[in-house]
Amino acid sequence: MIQNMQAGQLISLAINDQVKEAYVRNSDTLLYTLREQFGLVGAKPGCNNGDCGSCTVLVDGIPINSCHILSVEAVGHKITTIEGLTDSTIQQAFIGNWAIQCGYCTPGYILNIYALIQTYPDADDAMINEWLESNICRCTGYQEIKEAVKNTLIARKINE
Amino acid sequence: MKTESYTVIGKSVPRVDMPDKAFGRTKYTNDVTIPGVLHAKLHTSTRAHAVIKSINLAKAWEVPGVRAILTGDAFPFPVGPMLADRPPLAVNKVRYCGEPIAVVVADNIHQAKKAATLIDVEYEDLPVVNSPAEAMKSNAQLIHENLSNYKVQVKGVYPTPNTNIANLTKIRKGNMQTGWEASDITIESRVSFTPADHAALETRCARVEILSNGRVMVYSSTQGPFYVRKLLSEFFHIDAGMISVQTPLVGGAFGGKGTVQLEFIAYLASRAVGGKMVKIENSREEDLIMSPVHIGLDASVKLGATKDGKLKAAEIKFLFDSGAYSDTGAGISKAAASDCTGPYAIENVHCDSYCVYTNHPYATSFRGFGHPELTFAVEKAMDKLAARLQVDPFELRLLNAIGPGDTTPTQVNLNASNIGDVSSCLTKIRNLIGWNPNKNVQTTRDGKIRTKGISCFWKTSSTPPNATAGAVLTFNTDGSINLNCAAVELGQGTKTVLGQILAEKLKMDTKDIHVTLEVNTQYDPHQWKTVASSTTMIAGRAVLAAAEDAIKQLKNVGSTVLKSSPEDLDIAKGRIFLKDSPEYGVKITDVAVGYKYPNGNTVGGLVVGNGSYNVRHLTPLDPETGFGKPGPQWGVGAQAVEVEYNPKDYTYKIVKAATVLDAGKVINPQAAIGQMRGGMYLGLSWATRESFTFDDKGIVLNPQLRTYDILRASETPEYLVDFVETPLVDGPYGARGMGEYGVIGMAGALANSLSAACAADLNQLPLTPELIWKLVEGKGDVQ
Ligand code: FES
Ligand code: FES
Repeated sequence: MIQNMQAGQLISLAINDQVKEAYVRNSDTLLYTLREQFGLVGAKPGCNNGDCGSCTVLVDGIPINSCHILSVEAVGHKITTIEGLTDSTIQQAFIGNWAIQCGYCTPGYILNIYALIQTYPDADDAMINEWLESNICRCTGYQEIKEAVKNTLIARKINE
Repeated sequence: MKTESYTVIGKSVPRVDMPDKAFGRTKYTNDVTIPGVLHAKLHTSTRAHAVIKSINLAKAWEVPGVRAILTGDAFPFPVGPMLADRPPLAVNKVRYCGEPIAVVVADNIHQAKKAATLIDVEYEDLPVVNSPAEAMKSNAQLIHENLSNYKVQVKGVYPTPNTNIANLTKIRKGNMQTGWEASDITIESRVSFTPADHAALETRCARVEILSNGRVMVYSSTQGPFYVRKLLSEFFHIDAGMISVQTPLVGGAFGGKGTVQLEFIAYLASRAVGGKMVKIENSREEDLIMSPVHIGLDASVKLGATKDGKLKAAEIKFLFDSGAYSDTGAGISKAAASDCTGPYAIENVHCDSYCVYTNHPYATSFRGFGHPELTFAVEKAMDKLAARLQVDPFELRLLNAIGPGDTTPTQVNLNASNIGDVSSCLTKIRNLIGWNPNKNVQTTRDGKIRTKGISCFWKTSSTPPNATAGAVLTFNTDGSINLNCAAVELGQGTKTVLGQILAEKLKMDTKDIHVTLEVNTQYDPHQWKTVASSTTMIAGRAVLAAAEDAIKQLKNVGSTVLKSSPEDLDIAKGRIFLKDSPEYGVKITDVAVGYKYPNGNTVGGLVVGNGSYNVRHLTPLDPETGFGKPGPQWGVGAQAVEVEYNPKDYTYKIVKAATVLDAGKVINPQAAIGQMRGGMYLGLSWATRESFTFDDKGIVLNPQLRTYDILRASETPEYLVDFVETPLVDGPYGARGMGEYGVIGMAGALANSLSAACAADLNQLPLTPELIWKLVEGKGDVQ
């Protein structure tokens, strides 16, 4: 009755512009594989249930809860984790706006916001709120995070 | 103090832990993969109160890779920080839904999980105690039959045998008869709420390995590495020196990581597999209910006042719902008793504060340690009194604000240093929120009602009388300094603040201070815990002492080099120099590792600065009267909330939330503002929606973040923060501490604001639209 627990396959994943191979169980989540096989521990397990957003990564540029996608489903897609986010604008904005306390939620937010800014450079407050809704920060009270987003958007416009 | 000018204190020095966190580089306890580590998984109770008839492990053992399965008999002795009442794994019976019954140790996590689900427990249900009121009934089902056999670990915990009372703290101050006789008006108020949770984003996690020489290596996400060591040593009879506890940065705690639970289980698990390293990590569901929660409360407050509004008497009863085990609940009931009146001067006080067992998940410290809870009760009562007296709630609070010359409920004499300035906080909050008694209830054009509510709070630390911290400074060859100290970085910025204190004292740049972020009990000097808003004070003083020590050593060697007496020297900007001719000096770099003369001779050795600080003059409370000193000082503040309430559907929006705290001295303004906002958020999230829902069998119906609702980004108000600075003479640069304070008055201010909006007594939490509807329509009341 306990057969098949380890049934799996060898897969290649395109992570942070590198192709990485791993033997994964069919039931392994992408979050599990990123952390346990590749040491990409910037993606955090906060609930393993799609409720907190701390495991957010980008799959083809779209923020996805990596606890909610199987590793085998990620094959053929371009995955970006916090470790591979070469544009550091949002990280700097988080530091500059003190949007970090314990930091456990931070990588998830940064990837989420990166995607927001790429997708909607003109996002208004309502749009920002809607996007931030998918993540939980238990420490900051959210104000600094919102300010980091807004300031990044403003800075982008000025630079354009 | 005000006239002194500081170069680093009072500056928003960027927190040293932020960059690594922003780039996902910070490693929390569970972010390391260790080859060969074994994985532990718990089997937990599906019943709230039941006898364990049998545990069948046969199927679980069939899972490949299972190396050990432990049940309660592996260590059938109770443990606990204040009253030893909880076996690490259930013995004979379970007392809450989610209680650990067995732990499986396997080669990988999948095997451990699989096997844990295959454990079959046969229960025989017992009557469930589902509220503190039920628990207090004379014929109540006993949750701990052998309460009298439990060992009291901390002086000042008083369980009552053959009841469900784990602790009773009594306050008897003044004379109640005199108080009631002097009162023209009395009011009574009751509040209640069920337990909730800390829900720190990082779930709890621990690894333990037992080396062949017997050394126990613990890696844990904890607020108290030394506390973990202490309890492991006491309950497993291991010499403290043979235990090393390491804690990297912690992903949020809020009091919930200040106690010891998984570490006990991981130790037993490692022992069962020959000392191999075993890791145990909570799932979110386990973290919410298996691990300790935020305490619940039923409270009644009776106040007596003259017709002018001067408080004369207070009679208060707290029934804290500590759940199945007392953990720090006993301490919470004591702390709440010590400050039971809120920051008001009342001569006649009678308080019975109970820590009560129920069949709910067990509680531990939550940010504020009993104060957000007691303050909700007291501040509701204050508004009720103001309404009865027909006075402005703000003026009533101002009139009764406690201050120097008054005494606390435990009869500590207050002076200009040991209590902050309540009146100034009140005055400032009035301006901040725009309080105007004639305009506090306003109807908007679309029929919504805008109201404001205020609250006042105070808190002392309730640390053990010997709470301590130490600091060690070593110098690098570039003249920079390493600061080692066992304060845990939880995101509150403690390491940065300690670095600032050091930089100020040594007149150095903060960039030349390297604060070790991780804690290791083997290298760092002892520290009690990182809780109770006490770290800035206790560890800050230790850092100052270490700096003094280093300065003395530097000046000693410097005096030889500079051919002067040490008294004639000063230190700043990396140099030791003559006070009267600063150009004549020597670099710290040249002295701190031994000064070398041109001819090769050396003088002096390595400079190592040591310092420590112990809280002083604290005493346990007298069991009959509560007389005693629970903390060195009282931090105080005032808060306000503005809401927009929709009477059509009972929903509301929080428009503004404001805090004024007397911080003594704000060491890092931006970090302080962040602490206040975060505190307000946590208080509002709790007060608006967080609580566990129990069915009549005591089963938790919402043990996951999908159903345990948390305030999200779009729902947060505009936060307003300001500070008052009344220096604490003993505090580092006058600082008092602030970590917990932002939470304390939020529930009270919110409830007062909403009660004004809907003209009903909103005396329960969380304040969901459904609850408001029930209370407004009279469809339900506090039991
Ligand atoms: S861990 Fe994936 S959403 Fe919480
Ligand atoms: S900073 Fe701690 S959860 Fe966001």
